[in-house]
Amino acid sequence: MSILSVETLESRHGLLVAVRGVSLSLNEGETLALVGANGAGKTTLLRSIAGAHKPVRGRIMFDGQDVTAMPAHRRVGLGIALVPEGRRLFAGMTVEENLRVAGAHGRKGVWNLDAVLAAFPQLKPKLKARAGDLSGGQQQATAIGRALMTNPRLLLLDEVSLGLSPLAVDQVYDSLRGLMSGGTTIILVEQDLARALSVATRIACMLEGAVVLEGAAARLSRDDITQAYFGLNRAAEPA
Amino acid sequence: MSGYTVERWTRRSIVFSGVIAALLVILAAGPAIFPPGVTDRLTTLFIYIIIAAMWNALAGYGGLVSIGQQLFIGLGGYALIRLSNAGVSLYPALLLAVVLVGILALPIGELMLRLRGGEFAIGMWVLAELAHFTITLDPLIQGETGTSLIALNAFAPAARRADTYWMGLGLMIALLGTLFILLRGKIGAGVQAIRDDEIAAASVGVQVHNGKRVMFVLAAVGCAAAGAVNLASTISFQPQAFFGIQWTAYMLFMALVGGLGTFEGPIIGAVVFFAMETFFGATGVTYLIGLGVVALVFALFIPRGIWGFLETRFGLRLLPVGYVLKVPAADAAE
Amino acid sequence: MNFINQVIQGAMLGGFYALSACGLSFLFGVMRIINLAHGSLAILAAFLMVSLLNASNLSNILGDYGYLAPFIGLLVILPVMALIGWALQYLVLDRSLRAGPLIPVLSTFGVSIILDNGMFEAYGANSQSLGPAIGDLAYNSWSLTDTLTIGQLDALIFATAVIVLCGMQWLLAKTAIGRTIRATAEEPGVVELIGINPRLVFAVCAAIAVALTGLAGVALAMRTSFDPYAGGPLLIFAFETVVIGGIGSLWGTLIGGIVLGVAQNIGAEISPGGFLIAGHLTFLVILIFRTFGVLPKLSALTSRRAAA
Repeated sequence: MSILSVETLESRHGLLVAVRGVSLSLNEGETLALVGANGAGKTTLLRSIAGAHKPVRGRIMFDGQDVTAMPAHRRVGLGIALVPEGRRLFAGMTVEENLRVAGAHGRKGVWNLDAVLAAFPQLKPKLKARAGDLSGGQQQATAIGRALMTNPRLLLLDEVSLGLSPLAVDQVYDSLRGLMSGGTTIILVEQDLARALSVATRIACMLEGAVVLEGAAARLSRDDITQAYFGLNRAAEPA
Repeated sequence: MSGYTVERWTRRSIVFSGVIAALLVILAAGPAIFPPGVTDRLTTLFIYIIIAAMWNALAGYGGLVSIGQQLFIGLGGYALIRLSNAGVSLYPALLLAVVLVGILALPIGELMLRLRGGEFAIGMWVLAELAHFTITLDPLIQGETGTSLIALNAFAPAARRADTYWMGLGLMIALLGTLFILLRGKIGAGVQAIRDDEIAAASVGVQVHNGKRVMFVLAAVGCAAAGAVNLASTISFQPQAFFGIQWTAYMLFMALVGGLGTFEGPIIGAVVFFAMETFFGATGVTYLIGLGVVALVFALFIPRGIWGFLETRFGLRLLPVGYVLKVPAADAAE
Repeated sequence: MNFINQVIQGAMLGGFYALSACGLSFLFGVMRIINLAHGSLAILAAFLMVSLLNASNLSNILGDYGYLAPFIGLLVILPVMALIGWALQYLVLDRSLRAGPLIPVLSTFGVSIILDNGMFEAYGANSQSLGPAIGDLAYNSWSLTDTLTIGQLDALIFATAVIVLCGMQWLLAKTAIGRTIRATAEEPGVVELIGINPRLVFAVCAAIAVALTGLAGVALAMRTSFDPYAGGPLLIFAFETVVIGGIGSLWGTLIGGIVLGVAQNIGAEISPGGFLIAGHLTFLVILIFRTFGVLPKLSALTSRRAAA
């Protein structure tokens, strides 16, 4: 069942085209890993899907509904949640407040404060701590938990391993595996190819705003992806 | 990289500069060719151009919004009154007053420039109010009644009018010229970088504090000049007329409507304001409401002002303040 | 003895200043906008109250309880001011915020010019006051000793300020809407990702801020007389209060108001013109000390508690 369909999407930053005619579709329950070098347009694409960035062309269909013109806060009500790059927690508020404020405005469902704490037990002792005082790994857990409190059907994760120690990243991915087996549809942007391949069912590789490679994770080889990542197959073509 | 050149003087800007020079020559002959009423009004126009350009130097180029520049307008007038009273001849007194206020602006700037955003804006206003009030305590000023340049009555009205006109014109040219040179130089680029992103500017070696200080002192000197010329023109010094917040309203209007952050903008804004005042000023409070509405409309819908709009729309750059990159027309790799 | 009396009067005045600063401080805390129309809006509320009382003849209808009329009038004026705040956000502040840091100062200044002169057009230059409308309350006082007195109206305003500050504190720290506001204030670009419409939150905050501003305007009108251009001084004193107490600190606003009021009264005691000078000088001195890092602890202390 196709839950997300992006059709020839174009998004810009001023005059710079960041997302160039991207089309992709995702079925419910799949995990798509979006890979690519810095500046390839991955974050802009995620933000466009979440509604935080307005595209200039193209369409985004979520669960059969055209959401292209819908503002981000209303997409949350439909079930789209983005964990932004850099966490962006409400640093002056406590962990508990960060979670509760999201819970108050999102959809109702299985995810509540207790469920999030069960998924991220490392946050239990930190509930009353100021979000800005937490370690990188704890902040990432809080950020993901905050998105989960809105009970998303589609969870967008932007560079969750950025700035974290390998141990912290392991912890985050363990929690994510739990989510995936639970049936949540996930798009995750990840620089670490090995990590991405270990959890994804589909891969899409972006280069300079366009999707240059796309398919089921099982059918794509490491080599294919590396070539696409660096645009090597382009350079091999005759001028 | 070869083949790219950076131009400062485009053909258009050379032509335009020529036009300006011709205009200035005509203006210099003003008192000889215009009737007295026009001479007076033109002096007022020069004052408006000066304060608009100065407020823009602070806000549009320096990123410092001040709602207290009337502090320096008032101080300029007050210094002139005091110097006249001490027996200094009028026009030397005028120049000396400007210099004195400029010197005073240095420590004031040191203090106030450490403030950010709204704090700086209102802080300057508080200073203006403080100065206003303190000066009314001077027995010479007699509270809010004020006093006048009795000394001027010793001159023939025609001579006074002409001399004040030339002082106004001369100071306007000097101040605009100084601003022009500053903007073309390192300070200009640095100040605009500071306005756009202070931390980034500092990280590429821009002397942040220096740039702001220069703009602050220049704006102070300019406003003091405007105040002194205004006094020479109107003769009487009433504290409220010189320290009142209406000056900020005027400066804000002119810079905003003309075009913040452009060199030509404030001049256009001053002309627009001058025209509005000439035709509608007599209607009193309605005029002020109209000013407020126009300012609000521009702030919300045309924040780049008339000149900013024209610049973007038509790619106009008349005065050679900026840089133009010329790309070699030959074979593009596309 | 007179000195102590002046300190007490100054502290009571501080209560009024704190009340007048609430709206300004709140709007700045949430939206980072210094509303230069703050004073004009307060005076607008005062004029609207005058019009309301005249049109409704409420004072006469209430007979012996006529002095309650302005307080009952608040039931109308405060919602009206809230609506004005809402409109201000959607019509002016929203666009201004997106246009850059310079524009909100310019647009709110434009609004204040329009309001001030508009009120002059509508009501004329004459001073008005709500003093007569509240009868004895305007000048009754309690005697603490032979020479020390506290005005009843002053005490009422001081108490109102404390109640408002407590209320804001409670709202922000303990309620769901308070959390929503704090989150939006911290990261307006991120709250939309968890289902919050930041423009709506800002509109609610603007409504609250302007309603509080209106309350302060009515309080001013009860204490003294006002004219269409009384907004300027009110803005300056409110701003000085916020800065002295520490931007972002609710209780700092009360402390700031008291410091300002006391300084002004002591200045007045020393010399007839000393009222204004003492106030402005105190403001400048504290501003300078704070910028040089001498007084950060006080404001950090109070703002940490406010945020908890």
